[in-house]
Amino acid sequence: MKIHIKNGRVIDPMNARDEVTDVFVAAGKIVAIGRAPADFHANRTLDASGLVVCPGLVDLSVRLREPGFEYRATLESEMLAAAAGGVTSLACPPDTDPPLDEPGLVEMLKFRAKNLPGPRVYPIGALTQKLEGKMLTEMAELTEAGCRAFTQADAPPTDTQVLLSAMKYAATFDFSLWLRPQDVSLARDGVAHDGAVASRLGLPGIPALAETVALATILLLARETGARIHLARLSTRESIAMVRAAKAQGLAVTCDVASTHVHLSENDLISFDSHMHLVPPLRSLRDRDAIREALRDGSIDALCSDHTPVDEDEKQVPFGESAPGASGVELLLPLTLQWAREMGVPLMQAIDLISWKPAQILGVPGGNLTVGSFADICIFDETAEWVVTPKTLASQGDNTPFLNQPMQGRVRYTVIDGHIDFESPH
Amino acid sequence: MNLQLTSDGRLRHLLTLDGLPRAILTQILDTAESFMDVGEREVKKVPLLRGKSIFNLFFEPSTRTRTTFEIAAKRLSADVVNLNIATSSQTKGEAILDTVDNLSAMHADMFIVRHSQSGAAHFIARHVAPHISVVNAGDGRHAHPTQGLLDMFTIRRFKGEFHNLTVAIVGDVLHSRVARSQIHALTTLGVPEVRVIGPKTLLPTGVEQMGVKVFHTMEAGLAGCDVVIMLRLQNERMKGALLPSAQEYFKFFGLTPEKLALAKPDAIVMHPGPMNRGVEIDSEVADGPQSVILPQVTYGIAVRMAVMALLAGGATA
Repeated sequence: MKIHIKNGRVIDPMNARDEVTDVFVAAGKIVAIGRAPADFHANRTLDASGLVVCPGLVDLSVRLREPGFEYRATLESEMLAAAAGGVTSLACPPDTDPPLDEPGLVEMLKFRAKNLPGPRVYPIGALTQKLEGKMLTEMAELTEAGCRAFTQADAPPTDTQVLLSAMKYAATFDFSLWLRPQDVSLARDGVAHDGAVASRLGLPGIPALAETVALATILLLARETGARIHLARLSTRESIAMVRAAKAQGLAVTCDVASTHVHLSENDLISFDSHMHLVPPLRSLRDRDAIREALRDGSIDALCSDHTPVDEDEKQVPFGESAPGASGVELLLPLTLQWAREMGVPLMQAIDLISWKPAQILGVPGGNLTVGSFADICIFDETAEWVVTPKTLASQGDNTPFLNQPMQGRVRYTVIDGHIDFESPH
Repeated sequence: MNLQLTSDGRLRHLLTLDGLPRAILTQILDTAESFMDVGEREVKKVPLLRGKSIFNLFFEPSTRTRTTFEIAAKRLSADVVNLNIATSSQTKGEAILDTVDNLSAMHADMFIVRHSQSGAAHFIARHVAPHISVVNAGDGRHAHPTQGLLDMFTIRRFKGEFHNLTVAIVGDVLHSRVARSQIHALTTLGVPEVRVIGPKTLLPTGVEQMGVKVFHTMEAGLAGCDVVIMLRLQNERMKGALLPSAQEYFKFFGLTPEKLALAKPDAIVMHPGPMNRGVEIDSEVADGPQSVILPQVTYGIAVRMAVMALLAGGATA
């Protein structure tokens, strides 16, 4: 299929391109930008006048819920949702049931995903068997099966010796470890940020220390072992400062935050809305503002949706009993654009955080519009306004803190591997 | 929180005292005052809630609070149904909404709710039909508004005014819904100095942002107090690492006659009950002349009558 994307504002951070021009796609590749190659006859011409044409988004955390949690969402529904969000590559955490801790499961997931329309799925393998934090998984085998990195997801290791071994072993083969820093004992029984709001509401707290204490351990072990570490879902001002300092000292770490945490804070818990029950918890305004600033100055390397669809019944209970997490793969783009508008950040820099930079962290092609590379392209209307409702979301998970809120910026076309996998009727 | 007020500012549910206007607190206390003599009458009943169905929905066991609500409702001539719902872990969430829907179908007019989760009463209030009122009878660590109100009623009865008082709340503020409701009520009613006294392990993070002064010794905290409110210390607090032992707690934070002497000579001593004698309070103080612990229980009925009457739209005896 040959596609002519006409007259769009092409923004490609990796190539520092920002100009109104044409993009030409053939046989799954970007074959030209600007002038059409000789003998190019488009099967489809997409009028991108007034639209932004950028690399397909790369989301570092999208739960597809298969295997095991099909009542929450299915591969079909969530891959469609991701495409609707402009996402062309996604990393899928291993906290499925059973967890992605053996090659067969990873191969099955990849096989199922490959046969469905939607983004490229890159599984993140379980770091330990059953995610129990005790015995290492067969990381080399899992890598051969397609795992891009290894993680404990939201089941942080309780045993520091296991973590040390995991880092040493991973460093041997140069595998990447994605770790969400959380000290399990300091976070025990907590459901909200341990601060003035949780104290007022009587919600058991998770102190910022739960993150920073674990982070300090990880950074020390990383320095010792030389393991390649990506720090997932940072939430506190102090941890950002610690990562900034570690980077300044030459430690090769990267980090990301969830797009929810760029906009929300503990103050949003005040009505006990279980949609605000997230992992890590929404922290103070000071923490949120530090995240917003660190995204601007580059201390945070990427933004992700941390897409976590849950069943409606799991949110229809008191706050502390509700399943944590938010559906968000379709809000990654508008929430990133909103941050950029509010902070006066150029569109190029904003797109970089959800395309080229995460592609590098994940170590995959994509996230750029270089001629000759895969045609993974997101075409969006920067000014289109819409309201988040169960009907406007493709995800099976309607659990979002932004329910009934207006968004600005909407995907019009998502091109994956040269195919138009999503186009909006508008 | 607007959830508990109607658009014209009347009480719709009673979920928390946080953010409730002073005028409404005063209205409840005044109404309770008018109900005080009902218990003395030969026929201890007024017909205000005749024909109304009130459901005591207790997801967490309680005898004392449930009983006072039941007596209050019966004195208002309401029909009362008690439901003690054991929370089974696998169906907890589903059970709440199903229970609420079922009872609503039985034409309930009011739910009195107790639950171990903070925010449970808010959750139910958001789901009930428009004609049903919800009264929070204690949710997790969050709020116990009728207890807070009866404590204010007690203080007003013995001290007259709020604007010249120093009130100390002593003990396990961290886990106490009672303390949170008391703090909101006291600050709203204009008490100029509300103190909390306890070890750092039992005080919530940022508690001073609720408008209280923090003390870690009884000597400093009780000096010059008009009202001393002792909180119950659950035995389970001694199992974790929050406190070493009941004996050590009593030594530093238990209210003895000697420590009470640090407060003003006419200071009153309160306790939401049930008391742990010898843990947070010495029997000599609990049964002594400054204790108003039993009157608190009596007033609890009038205050709960007032809340139910106001929610049901009526007002006076």
